Amino acid sequence: MNSNNRPILTIEDLHVARGQDFHLSIDQLDVVDGEVLAIIGPNGAGKSTLLLTITRLLNPLSGTIRYKSQDITQIDELAYRRNLALVLQEPLLFDTTVYHNIATGLRFRGLSRAEQEKRIELWLSRLNINHLKTRPATQLSGGQAQRVSLARAMVLEPALLLLDEPFRALDSPTRTALIDDLRRLLSKTKTTAIFVTHNQDQALSIGSRVAVILDGKLQQVGLPQSVFSAPLDSKIADFLGVENILPGVVRTSETGKIMVEVNGNQLEAVGDADPGRDVYFCLRPEDITIWKTPDIPMSSARNQLHGIVSTITNQGHLLQIRIDCGFPLIVLITRASADDLEIKIGMQVFAAFKASAVHLIPR
Amino acid sequence: MELLWDGIKEAFFLIVSGDQEIWAITWLTLKVSGVATAISLLIGLPLGTWLALRDFTGRGCLFSFINTGMAFPPVVVGLWVSIFLWRNGPFGDLGLIYTPTAMVIAQIIIATPIVIGLTIAALQQLNPYLRIQLLGLGASRLQATFALWRESRLLLLAALMAGFGSIISEVGASMMVGGNIKDQTRVLTTAIVLETSRGRFTVAIALGFILLLLAYLVNFGLTVVQQRTTRSKDIQ
Repeated sequence: MNSNNRPILTIEDLHVARGQDFHLSIDQLDVVDGEVLAIIGPNGAGKSTLLLTITRLLNPLSGTIRYKSQDITQIDELAYRRNLALVLQEPLLFDTTVYHNIATGLRFRGLSRAEQEKRIELWLSRLNINHLKTRPATQLSGGQAQRVSLARAMVLEPALLLLDEPFRALDSPTRTALIDDLRRLLSKTKTTAIFVTHNQDQALSIGSRVAVILDGKLQQVGLPQSVFSAPLDSKIADFLGVENILPGVVRTSETGKIMVEVNGNQLEAVGDADPGRDVYFCLRPEDITIWKTPDIPMSSARNQLHGIVSTITNQGHLLQIRIDCGFPLIVLITRASADDLEIKIGMQVFAAFKASAVHLIPR
Repeated sequence: MELLWDGIKEAFFLIVSGDQEIWAITWLTLKVSGVATAISLLIGLPLGTWLALRDFTGRGCLFSFINTGMAFPPVVVGLWVSIFLWRNGPFGDLGLIYTPTAMVIAQIIIATPIVIGLTIAALQQLNPYLRIQLLGLGASRLQATFALWRESRLLLLAALMAGFGSIISEVGASMMVGGNIKDQTRVLTTAIVLETSRGRFTVAIALGFILLLLAYLVNFGLTVVQQRTTRSKDIQ
């Protein structure tokens, strides 16, 4: 992020309607110069609507969007849009060569041929697609097409790059390679960007800050680690993959150590909360370890539960184990661990987790 | 067969002999249909584009009207244009009835719905996000429209060919509003009707061949442009 932290875009009290049923509301959101703001949310949350509104391709019902402190409705629409560049989910390349595709936005802006060529060569090289320069866009693979689409937008050197789930349709290895390249290029060129995705890994990987949009409302904005480790409410926690969200009551609280009663179990957490307070006890499945016996070293894992394995679900390299502890506890372990523990349905196991792995959300 | 063979020989003779009347009829046919096609393109292309890209209440209803317009019987168009241009009709004072201008007007009415309908179809087969992508890359509304036309150029050329084809071959409207007046409003189709009614089949066949040749040459030119575009897409 740029050292001066100057907002390039400020959104205030924005309200956008699409059709009869969908509304997007954003009270306040800043995009700081040089940062990559990752906006995450499920499909239909309003992420793309926000990008189209920022691009002035959708008109809000109310609210203000300021670009460099100027209300965008007071600036010439075309002049404003030419500060931006939009990359959509599909590459949407034009029926011509890769070179001419990348030249599209430059031609719209009336740049000289020499300037066009200089910039295009640079971005062909930066995105490792020099060899595709004269190839028709119709003959590209999905990954190549999305690289061309990125080059076509980044060659414009936009003040604000808008990326609307550009890797959604790509296979995993292609996506990983492109994400790495995009992160490197955004950092190298210090491009300010809004990166919309429904994928948390991508948001973590690319975003210097993360904003969560759920049900058409901006729910939380912050540094990636703080958003993912401390979601503001159970709905955000649920979306962010905190699969164990258990209702509990704070029993004691002293010097940062909190005891919470969850379904009759006294569990320890770290933080501040008044005794008697109703809370959600949130725990990520990957933060829990499983043991066959209760002889768990208590030096770090302060909490221990026992229960019966009720289901085992294959999740690729990992197995999701559901343990019935009087309430369902979801745990993720590797196949190797499962083999060592000889995990099977109906088996009694002991689950342990650190107090610091717990995140409490007021109910 | 002999009649047909005589017709072909007559056609060849009429073409190579440079018969003044035949050349005048052919030139008028080309001029009337060419001007009508050009004007229907000027009206139909922007209107079809606007309709394809805008969403408004009653759009579907309007589309069905346009689709109906694509099948307007030329004689019905001829009837209504005649009524409007008739001496005591609403535009009778303009004195256009039985003039090439009246024929152009009738042919515009026939060709324009075809150009609009096929322009809508051409643009609607594009990805609906393509226009958003163009605007998101900094295109002005006009630049985005030209880019969309470029993306659908093959189908737009087909619209042009269909529009031209529909009017160069029509006879009902031209006969009714033009009157088939010698040296003034006689075109190839109306001349064919006249010669057939006179029993001069060889001349009618000859004129028919000239009309086919004319339609072929114009469409050949457009097809060459269309196919060159297709080929360049493959080779680029």
